[in-house]
Amino acid sequence: MSALTSAPLADPEPVRIQPASGRPGSASPASGVIVSRIVIYGMLLLFAAIYLIPLFVMLVTSFKSMDEIQSGNMLALPRDPSFEPWAKAWGETRVGLTCAGIKGYFWNSIKMVVPAVAISTVLGALNGYVLTKWRFKGHKLVFGLMLFACFIPFQAVLLPMATILGSLGRFGNSLDDVFGTSFGFGNPTVNLVFVHVVYGLGFTTLFFRNYYEAFPTELVKAAQMDGASFFQIFRRVLLPNSLPIIVVTVIYQFTNIWNDFLFASAYAGSGDVMPMTVALNNVVNTSTGVVEYNVNMAAAIIAALPTLFVYIVAGRYFVRGLMAGAVKG
Amino acid sequence: MSTIVTGEVGRPARQTAETRAGMRERMQDILPKIVLAPSFAAVLVFVYGFILWTVYLSFTNSKTFPNYTLTGGRAYERLWGWTFDVDPPSSWYTSITNLGIFGVLYIGICLALGLLLAILLDQKIRGESMLRPIYLYPMALSFIVTGVAWKWFLDPGLGLEQTLHQWGWTSFHFDWIKNKDRVIYTVVIAGVWQASGFVMAMFLAGLRGIDGEIMKAAQIDGATTLQLYRRIVIPMLRPVFLSAFIVLAHMAIKSYDLVVALTSGGPGGSAWLPSNFMYEYTFKRNEMAVGSASAVIMLMTISAIIVPYLYSELREKNR
Repeated sequence: MSALTSAPLADPEPVRIQPASGRPGSASPASGVIVSRIVIYGMLLLFAAIYLIPLFVMLVTSFKSMDEIQSGNMLALPRDPSFEPWAKAWGETRVGLTCAGIKGYFWNSIKMVVPAVAISTVLGALNGYVLTKWRFKGHKLVFGLMLFACFIPFQAVLLPMATILGSLGRFGNSLDDVFGTSFGFGNPTVNLVFVHVVYGLGFTTLFFRNYYEAFPTELVKAAQMDGASFFQIFRRVLLPNSLPIIVVTVIYQFTNIWNDFLFASAYAGSGDVMPMTVALNNVVNTSTGVVEYNVNMAAAIIAALPTLFVYIVAGRYFVRGLMAGAVKG
Repeated sequence: MSTIVTGEVGRPARQTAETRAGMRERMQDILPKIVLAPSFAAVLVFVYGFILWTVYLSFTNSKTFPNYTLTGGRAYERLWGWTFDVDPPSSWYTSITNLGIFGVLYIGICLALGLLLAILLDQKIRGESMLRPIYLYPMALSFIVTGVAWKWFLDPGLGLEQTLHQWGWTSFHFDWIKNKDRVIYTVVIAGVWQASGFVMAMFLAGLRGIDGEIMKAAQIDGATTLQLYRRIVIPMLRPVFLSAFIVLAHMAIKSYDLVVALTSGGPGGSAWLPSNFMYEYTFKRNEMAVGSASAVIMLMTISAIIVPYLYSELREKNR
């Protein structure tokens, strides 16, 4: 299986459950079978417990009082479950210099994620369409360059981008002086949307290109014969058949952009413009006062909820996106 | 000129539409390029242009602000000139040693654990569809959340250690997260927890793709289960090993958030990876040229892994 460029995205169910005829576990009817089944199930359950414990601990801790946390067992269920840490994390806890909870930062992330995902997905779809159905000389080179861009360490572009965004901010300030509005120049959310669109393009293009590669070109050709235009073909022929890959791309981009920390801390690392991940890191590493672990855990769960929700609702697509993009972060 | 691609064979395009109005035709011809151009231009400028910019900066003596006078490879000399001989060892050497430790253990354990779980899950397990998501969900979490959870879990005063003390194992002691020589291993633990389920999914997909007939034939020839896996199944999974290795190596080199959230850099920066080094030197220590030099080295390391892989993938695909 090659995960990067030729993952069978059109395949409706990548992890399919074959009728396991001739699978080793079933084949030897020896007396050791029962023992080996017990060992296999035992190991699987043990690992399942290990994977679940951190989430479990976070959950129970977020419902405990600080007294109970300091004296009690971290695996014990809360004696007196309280939503207070959650309310405090959402609305009151200290983030940086203000004590207004993480709710504002949660919305910051939403405001950043929605446009960034929408724009990068639309562009990726169009790029994939052009790179498969309207090939031109050098299309391979163009795709190769866009593909490699997916894999660069972002540290290699971090500083120039900071410089450019700084100039844009100054430009925005002078616009503000003249017109009374900066037109979004220098706005950290706009900056992050821009950054995530630019550095997400490679992946979205890769997804759609691989998907459209398998789409019958004859249909496109027939539509063209009938006089359909470039965009008509895209809208009427390809888009209606693109739902699976749109879901995969949206989930992949959503997860990546929501979870991003590097760009967020470099370009919106302080003040009330921080996205959720930066704010969470701030809450947890705050050096003033008593460390409220229950509030920290509640904040961490809130930060994780959107992506966990997507994973639970559309896990199959999530896995497919990972397999096709094969890279997270 | 862009023409519609007719399958792989490239049978001559019967352009009956050619008789139509030439203006529209020409429009349709350049439209695809116009659509692709902004994205491609953005990638050229903001990826490749910026990489060149970073390379350029690494050959200057920029400190707090970019300085565009070339001063040669001083930044690289400084980077590699620092050694272990000083105490504590220089941040760069700590970072690359950590990357070595982290990379080898993270990739090795993820591959081993992922393969083990995939093989176990492939034994016609009841409730497989329940178990699979449990191994995989950490991949949906942000590294910051993972870091916060494990920071708490590994805290000597509160987490695992305290729990085991309460259960009566009072001699248990686990303070790696506060120990400058051990802290990088806690990053490995949290990293493996996050990524091994994904590796499992890759191997499972690979296992499901193996022809059952081959396995049957081997069993008829009297191969034991162990032999079957060692001699036949695992060698057949070679492409998955390669893909998983590439993915994990790439993730290891880019790892940044986990170190920050889990260890805040560790005591005296002892948990730094090169990505943390780059960030700190560029944005906090006003050593822009040195930071850029470290970014260039990271880029070269990833390129050395990714470029041959992409090249072979693209070639194979276009054969």
